[in-house]
Amino acid sequence: MDISKKEYEQTAKKHAGSSKLYITLPKAFLIGGAICCLGELFLNIYQRYAGLDFDTAAAYTSITLVFLSALFTGFGWYEKIAKHGGAGTLVPITGFANAVVSPALEFKTEGYVLGTGAKMFVIAGPVIVYGISAAFIYGIIYYIYGFFA
Amino acid sequence: MAQFIKDGTVLLNNGASACSYAAAVGKMEGDGPLGHCFDYISDGAELGEKTWEKAESKLQQYAFEIALGKGKLQKQDISVIFAGDLLNQCTGSAYGLRDSEVPFIGLYGACSTMAESLMLASVCADMRLGRYFAAITSSHFCSAERQFRFPINYGGVRPPTAQWTATASGCCITKPCDKPPYIKAVTAGKITDMGIKDANNMGAAMAGAAYDSLSRHMENMKRTPDDYDAIFTGDLGQVGTDILHELFEKRGVDITQVHKDCGLMLYDREKQDVHAGGSGCGCSASVLCGHILPQIAAGELHNVLFAATGALMSTTMSQQGESIPGISHVVEISDNI
Repeated sequence: MDISKKEYEQTAKKHAGSSKLYITLPKAFLIGGAICCLGELFLNIYQRYAGLDFDTAAAYTSITLVFLSALFTGFGWYEKIAKHGGAGTLVPITGFANAVVSPALEFKTEGYVLGTGAKMFVIAGPVIVYGISAAFIYGIIYYIYGFFA
Repeated sequence: MAQFIKDGTVLLNNGASACSYAAAVGKMEGDGPLGHCFDYISDGAELGEKTWEKAESKLQQYAFEIALGKGKLQKQDISVIFAGDLLNQCTGSAYGLRDSEVPFIGLYGACSTMAESLMLASVCADMRLGRYFAAITSSHFCSAERQFRFPINYGGVRPPTAQWTATASGCCITKPCDKPPYIKAVTAGKITDMGIKDANNMGAAMAGAAYDSLSRHMENMKRTPDDYDAIFTGDLGQVGTDILHELFEKRGVDITQVHKDCGLMLYDREKQDVHAGGSGCGCSASVLCGHILPQIAAGELHNVLFAATGALMSTTMSQQGESIPGISHVVEISDNI
Protein backbone atom coordinates (compact mmCIF):
# COMPACT_ATOMS: atom_id res chain seq x y z
CA MET A 1 0.00 0.00 0.00
CA ASP A 2 1.57 3.24 -1.14
CA ILE A 3 -0.46 5.56 1.07
CA SER A 4 0.38 6.38 4.66
CA LYS A 5 -2.34 6.26 7.33
CA LYS A 6 -1.76 9.94 8.00
CA GLU A 7 -2.31 10.88 4.38
CA TYR A 8 -5.39 8.66 4.27
CA GLU A 9 -6.81 10.19 7.43
CA GLN A 10 -6.59 13.66 5.90
CA THR A 11 -8.29 12.48 2.70
CA ALA A 12 -11.04 10.72 4.66
CA LYS A 13 -11.64 13.72 6.88
CA LYS A 14 -11.99 16.00 3.89
CA HIS A 15 -14.78 13.91 2.37
CA ALA A 16 -16.77 13.11 5.52
CA GLY A 17 -19.62 15.59 5.43
CA SER A 18 -20.98 16.87 8.69
CA SER A 19 -24.60 17.47 9.69
CA LYS A 20 -26.20 20.70 8.50
CA LEU A 21 -26.41 22.43 11.88
CA TYR A 22 -28.56 25.27 10.54
CA ILE A 23 -31.26 22.65 9.84
CA THR A 24 -30.73 20.13 12.64
CA LEU A 25 -30.46 22.61 15.51
CA PRO A 26 -33.73 24.52 14.85
CA LYS A 27 -35.55 21.20 14.25
CA ALA A 28 -34.25 19.79 17.54
CA PHE A 29 -35.27 23.01 19.30
CA LEU A 30 -38.78 23.03 17.84
CA ILE A 31 -39.56 19.33 18.30
CA GLY A 32 -37.94 19.13 21.75
CA GLY A 33 -39.74 22.35 22.70
CA ALA A 34 -43.04 20.95 21.45
CA ILE A 35 -42.64 17.88 23.67
CA CYS A 36 -41.92 20.12 26.66
CA CYS A 37 -44.95 22.31 25.83
CA LEU A 38 -47.06 19.16 25.74
CA GLY A 39 -45.74 18.35 29.21
CA GLU A 40 -46.68 21.84 30.42
CA LEU A 41 -50.13 21.38 28.93
CA PHE A 42 -50.68 18.14 30.83
CA LEU A 43 -49.33 19.71 34.01
CA ASN A 44 -51.81 22.58 33.75
CA ILE A 45 -54.74 20.31 32.89
CA TYR A 46 -54.03 17.98 35.81
CA GLN A 47 -53.76 20.90 38.22
CA ARG A 48 -56.73 22.88 36.95
CA TYR A 49 -59.26 20.23 35.98
CA ALA A 50 -58.26 17.22 38.09
CA GLY A 51 -57.58 19.33 41.17
CA LEU A 52 -54.15 17.78 41.81
CA ASP A 53 -51.38 19.56 43.69
CA PHE A 54 -48.22 20.46 41.76
CA ASP A 55 -46.07 17.44 42.76
CA THR A 56 -48.79 14.89 42.00
CA ALA A 57 -49.64 16.61 38.71
CA ALA A 58 -45.93 16.58 37.75
CA ALA A 59 -45.74 12.83 38.41
CA TYR A 60 -48.90 12.27 36.34
CA THR A 61 -47.38 14.38 33.54
CA SER A 62 -44.27 12.19 33.47
CA ILE A 63 -46.40 9.05 33.43
CA THR A 64 -48.49 10.41 30.56
CA LEU A 65 -45.44 11.37 28.47
CA VAL A 66 -43.79 8.00 29.09
CA PHE A 67 -47.02 6.23 28.11
CA LEU A 68 -47.36 8.27 24.91
CA SER A 69 -43.70 7.68 24.00
CA ALA A 70 -44.06 3.92 24.54
CA LEU A 71 -47.23 3.91 22.44
CA PHE A 72 -45.59 5.90 19.65
CA THR A 73 -42.56 3.58 19.76
CA GLY A 74 -44.81 0.56 19.43
CA PHE A 75 -46.51 2.01 16.38
CA GLY A 76 -43.12 2.89 14.86
CA TRP A 77 -43.89 6.63 14.92
CA TYR A 78 -41.33 7.72 17.49
CA GLU A 79 -38.31 6.93 15.33
CA LYS A 80 -39.88 8.87 12.47
CA ILE A 81 -40.20 11.96 14.68
CA ALA A 82 -36.77 11.33 16.24
CA LYS A 83 -35.14 11.31 12.81
CA HIS A 84 -35.93 15.00 12.64
CA GLY A 85 -35.96 15.73 16.37
CA GLY A 86 -32.44 14.48 17.20
CA ALA A 87 -31.55 15.55 20.72
CA GLY A 88 -34.97 17.21 20.91
CA THR A 89 -36.58 13.76 21.19
CA LEU A 90 -33.63 12.13 22.99
CA VAL A 91 -33.27 14.42 25.99
CA PRO A 92 -36.87 14.62 27.33
CA ILE A 93 -38.26 11.72 29.35
CA THR A 94 -39.91 10.45 26.16
CA GLY A 95 -36.46 9.61 24.77
CA PHE A 96 -35.74 7.49 27.81
CA ALA A 97 -39.03 5.62 27.39
CA ASN A 98 -38.23 5.02 23.72
CA ALA A 99 -34.79 3.66 24.69
CA VAL A 100 -36.43 1.10 27.00
CA VAL A 101 -39.42 0.14 24.88
CA SER A 102 -37.64 -0.23 21.53
CA PRO A 103 -35.25 -3.05 22.64
CA ALA A 104 -38.07 -4.65 24.65
CA LEU A 105 -40.08 -4.94 21.41
CA GLU A 106 -37.15 -5.71 19.15
CA PHE A 107 -35.83 -8.63 21.18
CA LYS A 108 -39.24 -10.16 21.90
CA THR A 109 -38.38 -12.70 19.19
CA GLU A 110 -35.80 -14.23 21.56
CA GLY A 111 -38.45 -14.77 24.24
CA TYR A 112 -39.80 -12.79 27.20
CA VAL A 113 -36.94 -13.77 29.53
CA LEU A 114 -33.76 -13.87 27.43
CA GLY A 115 -35.08 -11.41 24.86
CA THR A 116 -37.33 -8.70 26.28
CA GLY A 117 -36.23 -9.13 29.91
CA ALA A 118 -32.50 -9.34 29.28
CA LYS A 119 -32.27 -6.72 26.56
CA MET A 120 -34.79 -4.14 27.80
CA PHE A 121 -32.13 -1.94 29.43
CA VAL A 122 -29.42 -2.50 26.84
CA ILE A 123 -29.54 1.19 25.82
CA ALA A 124 -30.97 2.83 28.94
CA GLY A 125 -28.95 0.67 31.36
CA PRO A 126 -25.85 2.90 31.43
CA VAL A 127 -28.05 5.95 32.16
CA ILE A 128 -29.60 4.15 35.14
CA VAL A 129 -26.25 2.81 36.44
CA TYR A 130 -24.44 6.13 36.28
CA GLY A 131 -27.52 8.14 37.26
CA ILE A 132 -27.94 6.14 40.48
CA SER A 133 -24.17 6.15 41.12
CA ALA A 134 -24.02 9.93 40.75
CA ALA A 135 -27.02 10.36 43.05
CA PHE A 136 -25.36 8.09 45.62
CA ILE A 137 -22.10 10.05 45.56
CA TYR A 138 -24.03 13.31 45.80
CA GLY A 139 -25.91 11.89 48.79
CA ILE A 140 -22.68 11.02 50.61
CA ILE A 141 -21.23 14.49 49.98
CA TYR A 142 -24.46 16.09 51.15
CA TYR A 143 -24.44 13.92 54.29
CA ILE A 144 -20.85 14.84 55.17
CA TYR A 145 -21.55 18.50 54.41
CA GLY A 146 -24.36 18.30 56.98
CA PHE A 147 -21.83 17.81 59.81
CA PHE A 148 -20.09 21.09 59.07
CA ALA A 149 -22.99 23.25 58.00
CA MET B 1 -6.39 -24.18 -15.95
CA ALA B 2 -6.38 -21.29 -13.50
CA GLN B 3 -2.98 -19.65 -13.57
CA PHE B 4 -1.46 -17.74 -10.69
CA ILE B 5 -0.08 -14.42 -11.96
CA LYS B 6 1.25 -12.71 -8.83
CA ASP B 7 0.23 -11.06 -5.60
CA GLY B 8 -3.23 -12.59 -5.32
CA THR B 9 -4.20 -12.37 -8.99
CA VAL B 10 -5.32 -15.55 -10.75
CA LEU B 11 -6.04 -15.75 -14.47
CA LEU B 12 -8.86 -18.11 -15.41
CA ASN B 13 -7.39 -19.57 -18.60
CA ASN B 14 -10.01 -22.26 -19.22
CA GLY B 15 -12.71 -19.75 -18.57
CA ALA B 16 -15.73 -19.74 -16.33
CA SER B 17 -19.20 -18.55 -17.29
CA ALA B 18 -21.84 -16.94 -15.12
CA CYS B 19 -24.65 -19.04 -16.57
CA SER B 20 -27.57 -17.97 -14.38
CA TYR B 21 -28.14 -15.20 -11.88
CA ALA B 22 -30.97 -13.75 -9.85
CA ALA B 23 -31.58 -10.95 -7.38
CA ALA B 24 -34.27 -10.82 -4.71
CA VAL B 25 -34.77 -7.54 -2.86
CA GLY B 26 -36.92 -5.69 -0.35
CA LYS B 27 -39.51 -3.02 -1.07
CA MET B 28 -37.23 -0.02 -0.66
CA GLU B 29 -34.66 -1.51 -3.06
CA GLY B 30 -37.50 -2.30 -5.46
CA ASP B 31 -38.54 1.37 -5.32
CA GLY B 32 -34.98 2.45 -6.19
CA PRO B 33 -33.56 3.28 -9.63
CA LEU B 34 -32.73 -0.39 -10.35
CA GLY B 35 -36.15 -1.68 -9.27
CA HIS B 36 -36.98 -2.94 -12.76
CA CYS B 37 -33.87 -5.18 -12.79
CA PHE B 38 -34.75 -7.46 -9.92
CA ASP B 39 -36.34 -10.91 -10.16
CA TYR B 40 -38.24 -10.70 -6.90
CA ILE B 41 -39.36 -7.67 -4.91
CA SER B 42 -40.87 -8.27 -1.50
CA ASP B 43 -43.95 -6.30 -0.34
CA GLY B 44 -42.58 -5.80 3.16
CA ALA B 45 -39.53 -6.45 5.28
CA GLU B 46 -40.96 -9.57 6.93
CA LEU B 47 -41.43 -11.83 3.87
CA GLY B 48 -44.12 -13.63 5.83
CA GLU B 49 -41.68 -14.60 8.60
CA LYS B 50 -41.78 -13.83 12.31
CA THR B 51 -38.18 -12.66 12.67
CA TRP B 52 -35.84 -10.52 10.58
CA GLU B 53 -33.23 -13.29 10.48
CA LYS B 54 -35.72 -15.75 9.04
CA ALA B 55 -36.79 -13.13 6.51
CA GLU B 56 -33.19 -12.70 5.38
CA SER B 57 -32.76 -16.46 5.03
CA LYS B 58 -35.91 -16.61 2.96
CA LEU B 59 -34.64 -13.87 0.68
CA GLN B 60 -31.46 -15.84 0.11
CA GLN B 61 -33.47 -18.99 -0.52
CA TYR B 62 -35.57 -17.12 -3.12
CA ALA B 63 -32.46 -15.82 -4.91
CA PHE B 64 -31.05 -19.36 -5.10
CA GLU B 65 -34.30 -20.91 -6.32
CA ILE B 66 -34.93 -18.21 -8.93
CA ALA B 67 -31.36 -18.52 -10.24
CA LEU B 68 -31.80 -22.30 -10.51
CA GLY B 69 -35.11 -21.82 -12.35
CA LYS B 70 -33.70 -19.24 -14.77
CA GLY B 71 -30.85 -21.61 -15.65
CA LYS B 72 -33.22 -24.59 -15.92
CA LEU B 73 -31.19 -26.32 -13.24
CA GLN B 74 -32.03 -28.59 -10.35
CA LYS B 75 -30.35 -28.14 -6.99
CA GLN B 76 -28.67 -31.56 -7.51
CA ASP B 77 -26.79 -30.02 -10.45
CA ILE B 78 -24.88 -27.67 -8.12
CA SER B 79 -21.53 -29.10 -7.00
CA VAL B 80 -20.83 -26.58 -4.24
CA ILE B 81 -22.54 -23.48 -2.85
CA PHE B 82 -20.34 -20.63 -1.61
CA ALA B 83 -22.49 -18.39 0.53
CA GLY B 84 -22.23 -15.74 3.19
CA ASP B 85 -24.01 -12.89 4.94
CA LEU B 86 -23.51 -10.40 7.77
CA LEU B 87 -25.20 -12.23 10.62
CA ASN B 88 -23.24 -13.82 13.46
CA GLN B 89 -22.03 -17.29 12.49
CA CYS B 90 -23.36 -16.70 8.94
CA THR B 91 -26.80 -17.93 9.90
CA GLY B 92 -28.54 -16.09 7.07
CA SER B 93 -26.89 -18.52 4.65
CA ALA B 94 -26.91 -21.64 6.82
CA TYR B 95 -30.65 -21.40 7.56
CA GLY B 96 -31.57 -20.14 4.13
CA LEU B 97 -29.87 -23.06 2.41
CA ARG B 98 -30.26 -25.80 5.01
CA ASP B 99 -32.86 -27.63 2.94
CA SER B 100 -30.81 -27.42 -0.25
CA GLU B 101 -28.85 -30.67 0.31
CA VAL B 102 -25.99 -29.21 -1.70
CA PRO B 103 -22.35 -29.20 -0.47
CA PHE B 104 -22.03 -25.87 1.31
CA ILE B 105 -19.08 -23.64 2.11
CA GLY B 106 -19.95 -20.69 4.36
CA LEU B 107 -17.91 -17.53 3.87
CA TYR B 108 -17.46 -14.31 5.75
CA GLY B 109 -16.04 -11.29 3.99
CA ALA B 110 -18.56 -8.77 5.35
CA CYS B 111 -19.98 -6.76 2.43
CA SER B 112 -17.23 -8.08 0.11
CA THR B 113 -18.66 -11.61 0.30
CA MET B 114 -20.30 -11.53 -3.14
CA ALA B 115 -16.94 -10.97 -4.84
CA GLU B 116 -15.34 -13.53 -2.53
CA SER B 117 -17.93 -16.21 -3.27
CA LEU B 118 -17.98 -15.43 -7.01
CA MET B 119 -14.19 -15.58 -7.07
CA LEU B 120 -14.17 -19.07 -5.52
CA ALA B 121 -17.10 -20.30 -7.61
CA SER B 122 -15.33 -19.08 -10.77
CA VAL B 123 -11.95 -20.61 -9.91
CA CYS B 124 -13.70 -23.94 -9.17
CA ALA B 125 -15.54 -23.76 -12.51
CA ASP B 126 -12.35 -22.87 -14.38
CA MET B 127 -10.56 -25.83 -12.80
CA ARG B 128 -13.46 -28.13 -13.68
CA LEU B 129 -13.92 -29.19 -10.07
CA GLY B 130 -17.60 -29.78 -10.72
CA ARG B 131 -20.42 -28.86 -13.08
CA TYR B 132 -22.08 -25.85 -11.51
CA PHE B 133 -21.17 -23.65 -8.57
CA ALA B 134 -23.35 -21.14 -6.79
CA ALA B 135 -22.22 -17.86 -5.19
CA ILE B 136 -24.88 -16.40 -2.90
CA THR B 137 -24.99 -13.58 -0.37
CA SER B 138 -27.67 -11.63 1.44
CA SER B 139 -28.25 -8.85 3.91
CA HIS B 140 -31.35 -7.45 5.60
CA PHE B 141 -31.65 -3.93 6.96
CA CYS B 142 -33.50 -4.97 10.12
CA SER B 143 -31.37 -8.00 11.04
CA ALA B 144 -28.20 -5.95 10.51
CA GLU B 145 -29.54 -2.99 12.51
CA ARG B 146 -30.38 -5.06 15.57
CA GLN B 147 -27.05 -6.90 15.44
CA PHE B 148 -24.72 -3.99 14.71
CA ARG B 149 -26.59 -0.90 15.84
CA PHE B 150 -29.89 -0.25 17.59
CA PRO B 151 -33.42 -1.67 17.65
CA ILE B 152 -35.50 -0.59 14.64
CA ASN B 153 -37.85 1.59 16.69
CA TYR B 154 -35.09 3.35 18.61
CA GLY B 155 -35.02 7.06 17.83
CA GLY B 156 -31.32 7.38 17.18
CA VAL B 157 -29.95 9.79 14.59
CA ARG B 158 -27.61 8.59 11.85
CA PRO B 159 -24.72 10.81 10.80
CA PRO B 160 -24.40 11.83 7.10
CA THR B 161 -21.55 9.32 6.60
CA ALA B 162 -23.71 6.34 7.68
CA GLN B 163 -24.87 3.85 5.07
CA TRP B 164 -28.09 1.94 4.70
CA THR B 165 -27.87 -1.88 4.84
CA ALA B 166 -29.70 -3.22 1.79
CA THR B 167 -32.44 -5.79 2.16
CA ALA B 168 -31.31 -7.85 -0.78
CA SER B 169 -29.83 -11.11 -1.95
CA GLY B 170 -28.05 -12.17 -5.12
CA CYS B 171 -27.17 -15.56 -6.50
CA CYS B 172 -24.81 -16.22 -9.40
CA ILE B 173 -24.27 -19.74 -10.76
CA THR B 174 -21.00 -20.44 -12.56
CA LYS B 175 -19.99 -23.27 -14.85
CA PRO B 176 -16.98 -24.15 -17.02
CA CYS B 177 -16.62 -21.88 -20.04
CA ASP B 178 -19.86 -21.76 -22.02
CA LYS B 179 -21.20 -18.38 -23.06
CA PRO B 180 -20.86 -14.80 -21.75
CA PRO B 181 -20.57 -13.33 -19.19
CA TYR B 182 -17.12 -14.85 -18.67
CA ILE B 183 -15.16 -14.47 -15.47
CA LYS B 184 -11.63 -13.94 -16.74
CA ALA B 185 -9.49 -13.14 -13.72
CA VAL B 186 -9.76 -12.60 -10.00
CA THR B 187 -7.66 -10.87 -7.36
CA ALA B 188 -7.97 -11.77 -3.71
CA GLY B 189 -8.06 -8.75 -1.43
CA LYS B 190 -5.64 -8.01 1.38
CA ILE B 191 -6.78 -6.94 4.80
CA THR B 192 -6.24 -3.19 4.61
CA ASP B 193 -6.58 -1.14 7.77
CA MET B 194 -6.34 2.59 7.17
CA GLY B 195 -6.91 3.48 10.82
CA ILE B 196 -10.57 4.57 10.52
CA LYS B 197 -12.40 3.95 13.80
CA ASP B 198 -15.82 5.42 13.08
CA ALA B 199 -18.27 2.53 12.61
CA ASN B 200 -20.65 5.06 11.07
CA ASN B 201 -18.22 5.73 8.25
CA MET B 202 -17.75 2.37 6.55
CA GLY B 203 -17.08 3.96 3.17
CA ALA B 204 -13.89 5.56 4.51
CA ALA B 205 -12.90 2.30 6.22
CA MET B 206 -13.21 0.34 2.96
CA ALA B 207 -12.01 2.78 0.27
CA GLY B 208 -8.35 2.03 1.02
CA ALA B 209 -8.93 -1.68 0.45
CA ALA B 210 -10.73 -0.99 -2.84
CA TYR B 211 -7.85 1.20 -3.98
CA ASP B 212 -5.27 -1.45 -3.06
CA SER B 213 -7.09 -4.36 -4.73
CA LEU B 214 -8.11 -2.46 -7.87
CA SER B 215 -4.66 -1.00 -8.48
CA ARG B 216 -3.03 -4.38 -7.76
CA HIS B 217 -5.39 -6.16 -10.16
CA MET B 218 -4.79 -3.66 -12.96
CA GLU B 219 -1.03 -3.71 -12.39
CA ASN B 220 -0.86 -7.52 -12.34
CA MET B 221 -3.06 -7.79 -15.44
CA LYS B 222 -1.19 -4.91 -17.12
CA ARG B 223 -4.38 -2.92 -17.61
CA THR B 224 -5.49 0.66 -17.10
CA PRO B 225 -8.98 1.97 -16.25
CA ASP B 226 -9.42 2.76 -19.97
CA ASP B 227 -9.47 -0.98 -20.69
CA TYR B 228 -12.77 -1.28 -18.86
CA ASP B 229 -16.27 -0.06 -19.64
CA ALA B 230 -17.02 0.10 -15.97
CA ILE B 231 -15.35 -0.50 -12.63
CA PHE B 232 -17.93 -1.32 -9.97
CA THR B 233 -17.08 -1.10 -6.31
CA GLY B 234 -19.30 -2.79 -3.74
CA ASP B 235 -20.66 -0.31 -1.29
CA LEU B 236 -18.33 2.59 -0.70
CA GLY B 237 -21.19 5.06 -0.74
CA GLN B 238 -20.57 8.73 -1.47
CA VAL B 239 -17.83 9.24 1.13
CA GLY B 240 -15.84 6.15 0.10
CA THR B 241 -16.31 6.95 -3.58
CA ASP B 242 -14.88 10.45 -3.13
CA ILE B 243 -11.92 9.06 -1.21
CA LEU B 244 -11.27 6.36 -3.85
CA HIS B 245 -11.32 8.93 -6.65
CA GLU B 246 -8.87 11.13 -4.80
CA LEU B 247 -6.51 8.23 -4.02
CA PHE B 248 -6.32 7.32 -7.71
CA GLU B 249 -6.09 10.95 -8.75
CA LYS B 250 -3.08 11.48 -6.50
CA ARG B 251 -1.32 8.71 -8.45
CA GLY B 252 -2.24 10.32 -11.73
CA VAL B 253 -4.97 7.82 -12.60
CA ASP B 254 -8.46 8.99 -13.48
CA ILE B 255 -11.16 6.42 -12.76
CA THR B 256 -14.06 8.86 -12.46
CA GLN B 257 -15.21 8.17 -16.03
CA VAL B 258 -15.62 4.43 -15.54
CA HIS B 259 -16.16 4.04 -11.81
CA LYS B 260 -19.57 3.29 -10.36
CA ASP B 261 -20.51 2.25 -6.86
CA CYS B 262 -23.27 -0.31 -6.22
CA GLY B 263 -24.14 1.48 -2.95
CA LEU B 264 -24.90 4.64 -4.93
CA MET B 265 -26.74 2.80 -7.73
CA LEU B 266 -29.19 0.84 -5.60
CA TYR B 267 -30.97 3.86 -4.10
CA ASP B 268 -32.02 7.32 -5.14
CA ARG B 269 -30.25 9.35 -2.47
CA GLU B 270 -32.36 12.42 -3.25
CA LYS B 271 -35.64 10.68 -2.56
CA GLN B 272 -34.66 7.76 -0.33
CA ASP B 273 -33.23 8.52 3.08
CA VAL B 274 -30.09 6.37 2.89
CA HIS B 275 -27.51 9.03 3.82
CA ALA B 276 -24.16 8.11 2.16
CA GLY B 277 -25.64 5.19 0.16
CA GLY B 278 -26.36 1.48 0.42
CA SER B 279 -24.25 -1.25 1.97
CA GLY B 280 -24.44 -4.88 3.04
CA CYS B 281 -23.63 -8.20 1.36
CA GLY B 282 -26.87 -8.01 -0.60
CA CYS B 283 -26.18 -4.53 -1.99
CA SER B 284 -23.40 -5.44 -4.43
CA ALA B 285 -24.88 -8.94 -4.90
CA SER B 286 -28.24 -7.64 -6.11
CA VAL B 287 -26.66 -4.97 -8.34
CA LEU B 288 -24.29 -7.59 -9.82
CA CYS B 289 -26.96 -10.24 -10.43
CA GLY B 290 -29.80 -7.90 -11.36
CA HIS B 291 -27.98 -5.23 -13.35
CA ILE B 292 -24.30 -5.82 -14.20
CA LEU B 293 -24.35 -9.44 -15.39
CA PRO B 294 -27.50 -9.00 -17.53
CA GLN B 295 -25.90 -5.94 -19.14
CA ILE B 296 -22.77 -7.92 -20.02
CA ALA B 297 -24.89 -10.79 -21.37
CA ALA B 298 -26.78 -8.29 -23.53
CA GLY B 299 -23.52 -6.87 -24.87
CA GLU B 300 -24.14 -3.43 -23.35
CA LEU B 301 -21.03 -3.77 -21.22
CA HIS B 302 -17.91 -5.56 -22.44
CA ASN B 303 -15.13 -5.50 -19.87
CA VAL B 304 -15.99 -4.91 -16.25
CA LEU B 305 -14.31 -5.05 -12.87
CA PHE B 306 -16.46 -5.97 -9.90
CA ALA B 307 -14.83 -5.14 -6.58
CA ALA B 308 -17.12 -5.70 -3.61
CA THR B 309 -15.80 -4.09 -0.44
CA GLY B 310 -16.16 -5.23 3.15
CA ALA B 311 -15.42 -3.93 6.63
CA LEU B 312 -14.11 -6.78 8.76
CA MET B 313 -15.11 -5.38 12.14
CA SER B 314 -17.48 -6.40 14.90
CA THR B 315 -19.24 -4.29 17.52
CA THR B 316 -17.00 -5.91 20.16
CA MET B 317 -13.78 -4.84 18.43
CA SER B 318 -15.19 -1.35 17.81
CA GLN B 319 -16.08 -1.00 21.49
CA GLN B 320 -12.56 -2.11 22.39
CA GLY B 321 -11.29 0.88 20.43
CA GLU B 322 -9.88 -1.00 17.44
CA SER B 323 -9.82 0.51 13.97
CA ILE B 324 -11.77 -1.07 11.11
CA PRO B 325 -9.93 -3.37 8.68
CA GLY B 326 -11.30 -3.30 5.14
CA ILE B 327 -11.09 -5.83 2.34
CA SER B 328 -11.96 -5.88 -1.33
CA HIS B 329 -11.84 -8.76 -3.78
CA VAL B 330 -11.79 -8.10 -7.52
CA VAL B 331 -13.50 -10.15 -10.22
CA GLU B 332 -12.94 -9.32 -13.88
CA ILE B 333 -15.95 -10.10 -16.03
CA SER B 334 -16.14 -9.84 -19.82
CA ASP B 335 -18.38 -10.64 -22.76
CA ASN B 336 -15.47 -12.08 -24.75
CA ILE B 337 -13.04 -14.86 -23.95
